[in-house]
Amino acid sequence: MTSTPGQESPVPVGLSAAEGGNGAGSGYGRRKLSAAESALMDEKVRKVELLISLVLRIGVVVSGLIILVGLGLMFAHHAAYMALHSGVSYKVLTSGATRFPHSLAALGNSLARADGRGVIVLGVMVLILTPVLRVAVGVLSFLYERDIPMAGVTFFVFFVLIASFFLAGV
Amino acid sequence: MYGYVYNRTVTPFDFVISLALVSVAAGVLGSLIGLGGGVVIVPVLTLLYGVDIRLAIGASIVSVIATSSGAAAAYVRERMTNLRVGMFLEIATTTGAVSGAYLTTLLPTRFLFAFFGLVLAYSSFTTFKRRHAAQPLAVSSDRIANYFDLHGSYYDQAEEREIAYKVTGTKLGLFLMYVAGLVSALLGIGSGALKVPAMDGAMHLPMKVSSATSNFMIGVTAAASAAVYFARGQIDPIIAAPVAIGVLAGATVGARVLGRVTSKTVRLVFVVVLVIISLEMLQKGLLP
Repeated sequence: MTSTPGQESPVPVGLSAAEGGNGAGSGYGRRKLSAAESALMDEKVRKVELLISLVLRIGVVVSGLIILVGLGLMFAHHAAYMALHSGVSYKVLTSGATRFPHSLAALGNSLARADGRGVIVLGVMVLILTPVLRVAVGVLSFLYERDIPMAGVTFFVFFVLIASFFLAGV
Repeated sequence: MYGYVYNRTVTPFDFVISLALVSVAAGVLGSLIGLGGGVVIVPVLTLLYGVDIRLAIGASIVSVIATSSGAAAAYVRERMTNLRVGMFLEIATTTGAVSGAYLTTLLPTRFLFAFFGLVLAYSSFTTFKRRHAAQPLAVSSDRIANYFDLHGSYYDQAEEREIAYKVTGTKLGLFLMYVAGLVSALLGIGSGALKVPAMDGAMHLPMKVSSATSNFMIGVTAAASAAVYFARGQIDPIIAAPVAIGVLAGATVGARVLGRVTSKTVRLVFVVVLVIISLEMLQKGLLP
């Protein structure tokens, strides 16, 4: 992670601009740093680590809370789901034929009716989007560290993720 | 379920509570060895609760993302994860996951199960042979690793010292990661089963760093195929809710454990789970 002053870094002969985007002859991703610059860099790297950790934590807490609210709504609306006697079986909700929102339009309708299952799906979507947001933060973080090759790498990952959502036609 | 002493239906409420408790265990195990919670969730849902396999795989994807994000928050803060290696290898895993999601109908699933069952059996064997190895590389002549400065160090709580390591074998690593993404989308197994051996074996990352970095990456790999599963209606909210909540809680606990145990322990737990997965896969591939 950190470049120690005096550390040897072989010049990557034959690595094209396409693979790194940093041009030939500039050593590796980051140029060699003086002791003061190195300390500053360590501080930046640490800030980035804490930021990414924070993004993940927020995503996890927010999605967890939304899912809990959704569960609460679902049981509040369907007393038979938790009745001690003559309740319904869970299998009604987990068979191949069960119905729940699985497109954005259906999710919107479901949320408008304050349907518990729609709220749960919203929470799950927040959970699914958390790693995507983490990658987006990664792109910005590497730009902040002035690490262009890694910023390029992370941007590519972000692009593939976004493409996967469009290809799925959600 | 038939195990109930008094005669009453298992209501959705019972289902949610019991599945959440199982998911806590799945989260602890998944975050410790970097495989995600799917290893436990899929068999429990299909065998114990009799849930449709398509919905079980959808729930597995949710559990993998929950394990990853839940534990990575701690691993990244404690500098156990190698962020640069993780993000670099995600190039290959996400591309593999996206291509796999569209190859599902083209490739014979039985053959894939048998083939990867053998691959995992082999990698559990080599991981077991390496269980005592703990010496990280001191120099690396890997041009890609040097260019992107993928080398790192972490503080090992069990050994009470900072351990610096060099990374090698990036090309082989990228290839294995592409296959890992492909397999996770094709077969719905957590891609960590191939990611951890790729980093621990081919790229010479310390075992605990491999586990934490795999854990960091599996969320992104799963997210790349999650949209397809969502659109196909495989993410059932009443299954996803207890799985997500339980796994998130379990992963938070599991993340505290990894720092304290030795690399050898992590490898042995990993080998046991890998043997079980490979047997499951061989069974799906070979038995009628």
